[in-house]
Amino acid sequence: MAVRWDISRTMDSFQQILFKLKKYWADRGCVIQEPYDVEVGAGTMCPETFLRVLGPKPYRVAYVQPSRRPADGRYGENPNRLYKHWQLQVVLKPAPYDVMDQYLGSLKAIGIDLRKHDIRFEEDNWESPTLGAWGIGWQVMLDGLEVTQFTYFQQCGGIDLDVVPAELTYGLERLAAFLQSVESVYDIHWTPDVTYGDVRLEEERQFSIYSFETADVATIWQLFDLYENECRRLLASDHKRDVVLPAYDLVLKCSHLFNLLDSRGAISVTERVGVIGRVRRLAVGVAETWMQQFAEAQA
Amino acid sequence: MRVLPFLLEIGTEEIPDRMLPEAVAQLRELFEKLLAENKLGGEVSLAEGTPRRLVLMAENIAARQPDSEDIIMGPPIAAGEAAVTGFAKRLGVDPSALERVQTPRGEYRAFRRRVRGRGAVEIFKEFLPGLILSISFPKTMYWTEKAGPRFVRPIRWIVALLGARIIPFEIAGVRSSNASSGHRQLGKAKVRVTIDTYLQALRDNFVLVSAQERRSRIKAGLEKAKPDLELLERLVYLTEYPTAVEGSFAPEFLALPEEVLITVMRRHQKYFSVLEPDGRLAPRFIMVMNTVEDPDGLVRRGNEHVLRARFNDARFFWEFDQRKKLAERVEDLKHVTFQAQLGSYFEKTSRMVELVRELGGSELAERAALLAKCDLTTEMVKEFTELQGVIGGLYAKSQGEPEAVWRAIYEHYQPVNIEDSIPSTLEGCLVSLADKLDTLRGCFAIGLVPSGSKDPFALRRAAQGAVKILVEGRLSLPVSRLIGPSEQLAEFFLDRVRYYFRDVRGFRYDEVNAVLASGWDDLPDVESRLLALQAVRPTENFEPLAASFKRIRNILKQAQFTGGVEIDGALFEEDAEQTLYEHYVAVRDAVQAGGMDYVRKLERIASLRPAVDQFFDKVLVNAPDEKVRFNRLALLHGLLSEFSTIADFSEIVTQ
Repeated sequence: MAVRWDISRTMDSFQQILFKLKKYWADRGCVIQEPYDVEVGAGTMCPETFLRVLGPKPYRVAYVQPSRRPADGRYGENPNRLYKHWQLQVVLKPAPYDVMDQYLGSLKAIGIDLRKHDIRFEEDNWESPTLGAWGIGWQVMLDGLEVTQFTYFQQCGGIDLDVVPAELTYGLERLAAFLQSVESVYDIHWTPDVTYGDVRLEEERQFSIYSFETADVATIWQLFDLYENECRRLLASDHKRDVVLPAYDLVLKCSHLFNLLDSRGAISVTERVGVIGRVRRLAVGVAETWMQQFAEAQA
Repeated sequence: MRVLPFLLEIGTEEIPDRMLPEAVAQLRELFEKLLAENKLGGEVSLAEGTPRRLVLMAENIAARQPDSEDIIMGPPIAAGEAAVTGFAKRLGVDPSALERVQTPRGEYRAFRRRVRGRGAVEIFKEFLPGLILSISFPKTMYWTEKAGPRFVRPIRWIVALLGARIIPFEIAGVRSSNASSGHRQLGKAKVRVTIDTYLQALRDNFVLVSAQERRSRIKAGLEKAKPDLELLERLVYLTEYPTAVEGSFAPEFLALPEEVLITVMRRHQKYFSVLEPDGRLAPRFIMVMNTVEDPDGLVRRGNEHVLRARFNDARFFWEFDQRKKLAERVEDLKHVTFQAQLGSYFEKTSRMVELVRELGGSELAERAALLAKCDLTTEMVKEFTELQGVIGGLYAKSQGEPEAVWRAIYEHYQPVNIEDSIPSTLEGCLVSLADKLDTLRGCFAIGLVPSGSKDPFALRRAAQGAVKILVEGRLSLPVSRLIGPSEQLAEFFLDRVRYYFRDVRGFRYDEVNAVLASGWDDLPDVESRLLALQAVRPTENFEPLAASFKRIRNILKQAQFTGGVEIDGALFEEDAEQTLYEHYVAVRDAVQAGGMDYVRKLERIASLRPAVDQFFDKVLVNAPDEKVRFNRLALLHGLLSEFSTIADFSEIVTQ
C-alpha cells in the first residue's frame, strides 16, 4: 500500500500525538510510565491504576497501554475494531479541581481547536465486574466520536476509595484517525512513512486466528486453573503482603485467559458469571492485602 | 416591607440529560417549601437546567421574616410569689411584664415575647447547602473524599444572590459568589453577574439558560427531520447552545435495513433521520452540536466520518451473519442462558413452540417461535441489542422464510410499551404471547416476583403486553389456562388487566370492578361487556337499579342467604312480588335466549327497575313467616345471580 503523507496539512503522526500527550501530562506532574508487561484488557487493570488508586496517597501517572480484547479481533479486516488497541491512561489522584479544563487542554495540545469543534460529555458510568471496580463519568464525544472515557473512581477491588481519582482513558487509534482524517485505523500514519497497518496488521490477523480458531480450549482452561491456584496460594500464604504484586500479575493472567476463552465461545452465559466471580475474588483479595500492607506501613 | 429578587445557580460538571428535568422540578419544589416554611413570601420566577447548571430565580422575597410573638408559659396562678419571680428572673424580665393566660387546665402566668424576624440572607445561608444536597438523583457520587458530600456530579461553582448581596455559604470547598461560568469552549470561565444581568451575561457567553429557547433553536433546524420528541428532549438537556447541522452519508448504505441505519443514527449518534418526500429514508441526517456554528464544516465532516465507520461496522456484521442461517442457529441457543434456573434460550424456545401449538397456532407460527430467539447469536444483535427480534425478522426475510414467519419474528417483542402496537399478524401475536407467558410462568414458578419498583425481568411489561395482545388481537383464549396454576401470577395478571382497562383505556374504576367481578377469563369479552356497560350506564334506569342490586346484596349477606331454595309462586303474598317475579322470568329467558348483544341485554336488565323499585316499596323481605321470607330471599338471589354475568352491578358506585 502506497503511503502518501500530505505535508500540506501539517498533521501529526501517531507517535507525535503520543509524544505530545505524554509531554502534556508530564508537565502536569505525572510520572510517565511505560506499558505494563502482562496482557491486560484495559489500562485500568495495570497495577499503576488498580493498586495506586487504593489508599490515601496522592499519585499522578500517565502511560500508553496496549490493551488486548480477544473478542474484538477482526482479522485486520474491520477498519475500526482491533484485537489490541492502544490506550493512553492518565490517573490524577486526587482529582484536581480543574480536571476537566486540564483534559480539554490536552486536546488543544494535540492541535484540536476547541472553538471549532463540538465537544460533549455524555453520561457513561464505567464498571468492571472482574475488578470489583466502578466509577461515575462520561464518554467524551468529539464531533460525534467517543475519544475518551472520563471516570471518577468510586470503588476498586470492592473497596470504597479514600480519595477520588480522575481517570482519563484516551482511545489513541480513534483519536489519531480523527486527527489524520483517515477511514481505517490501518491507514493511520505512525510516522510520515510507516502506517499503523505496516506495524500492526499481521499481529491483528494472527491473534484473531488464535483467539477465534486455534487456541486450545482445554489448555487455556488448565492455564486458567494453574494461574488461579498459584494466586490463591500466594494470597493464603504468611508472606502474602510481600508477594501482593506477583499475586496481582496472576489475576491479570486469569483475566486475559477468561477473555480468550470467551472469544473462543467456550464460556456459556451461565458459566460466565461464575468465572467472572472467580477472577473478582482474586482481585478483591489482592486489593485487601494491599490495603493491609498500607495500613501496616502507616502504623 | 422590603422585597428582593433571588438567584441561585449550582454550577456542576455535566449532569446526565435524563436526570435534568426532574432535578429542576425538585429544586423548584424544595425552594418553594423553604420560602413557605420561613415565611419569606416570594415566588419562583424561573427554574431551569443545562448540563452544567441548575438555576433558580425568584421575586418578591422578604428581606426579613415578619416579627412574631411567642408565648412562654409560666407557673399557674395559684403558685406562690417565689415561683413567679423565679420564672420572671429566668426570662430576665420584670414580674410586672407577665400576663395571665387562660388554658384548658386553668389560668397561668405567661410572658409574651416578641421575636424579631431573621434576615433572609441569614436563613438562606443556613438552609441552602442542605437544600442543594437534598435534590435526589438516581445515582450520586462523592468527589472530594469518602466522607465528603454526595451529588450527581462535582459542584464547581455556586452563584447565590439576594438582591445585590451574595448569600455566603460553602459546599465541598466551593464558596458561593457572584461568578458564574460560560460555555466550556466559547464562553469565559468566569462571568460576573447580578440578578438583572444574569440571563444576558450567560447568553453573551453562549449559554441559553431557557430549555424552551434551546428547544426552539433545535427545532428550527429540524424541518426535514423525522419527528422524534424523545431525542429532541435529550438534546435540549445535552447542550447549552445547540445548533442543528445537516450531514450526509453515501447512498450505498441505504442497502442496509432502515431499522439498522436509524438505530445507529438515533441511539448511538443521537442524529435525526431525514425522510425523502415519498417517505423513504434519505442518505442524510441532522446532528445537533453544542456550539454556535461550524464555519469550516469540521464538525459535520467529523460526524460523517464517525457515521461512516458505524455503518461500515453494521455492514460487516450483516455480511458476517449471513454465513449461518437462523435455522442453523437453533442449536447455538443452548449456549445462551435465559435465566440460570430456567435454562437456556434453547429450552425457552422449545417451550414457546409447545405453547404456540397449544394456543392453536399454525405451522407457520410454530416455525416463527422456533426461530424467534436465534438472532441472539448474531453479531448484529450483540452490537445492537435493542434490535433483537427486528434483526431476526430481517434475516428470516432475506433467508427466504415466508412472510407470516419473518413478520412474526420481527414483531414478537411488541408491544414494547403500552403505547406500542401489538404484532400485526395472528402468528406474531401468538409468538409474542408464548414468549411473554413463558417468562411470566417461569419467573413466578421460581419466586422471581416483582416487588415495589424492582422488576428486573420486566414482568409487568410482559404481562401488560400479553393483556394488550389478547384484548386488541381479539384473542378469546382462556386466561386461566394461559397463566397456569399460580395464584400469585393470577393476581398479578388481574392487576395488569385492571390497569389496562382503567388507566390505558380510561374506563371508570367501578365499571372495571363490576365487569371483572363477573369473570375475566376471556379478555375480549371483558372489553365487550365494559363497552356495553359504559353505553348503558347513562340511561335513566341503570344507576337506580345498580343501587337496588347493592341493597339486594346487603340483604342477602345479612340474612346469610346463599341460595338453594326454589322460588314458589304460591308463597307470594303481594302483587309487587308476583310482578317482579314475572318480569324476572321474562328478562331472564330473553337474555338467555341469545341473539342479543350486551347492550341490548343490559337494557333489558335495566328495564327491571320499576318492578324492583315497587318491590322494595311494597314488600317487607323480612316477613315473620320463614317460608315467605325464604321465598323472597330466593327471588332476590335469583335476580342477583342471573343478572350478574355481564357485570356485578353492586360494584357500581352510584350518586
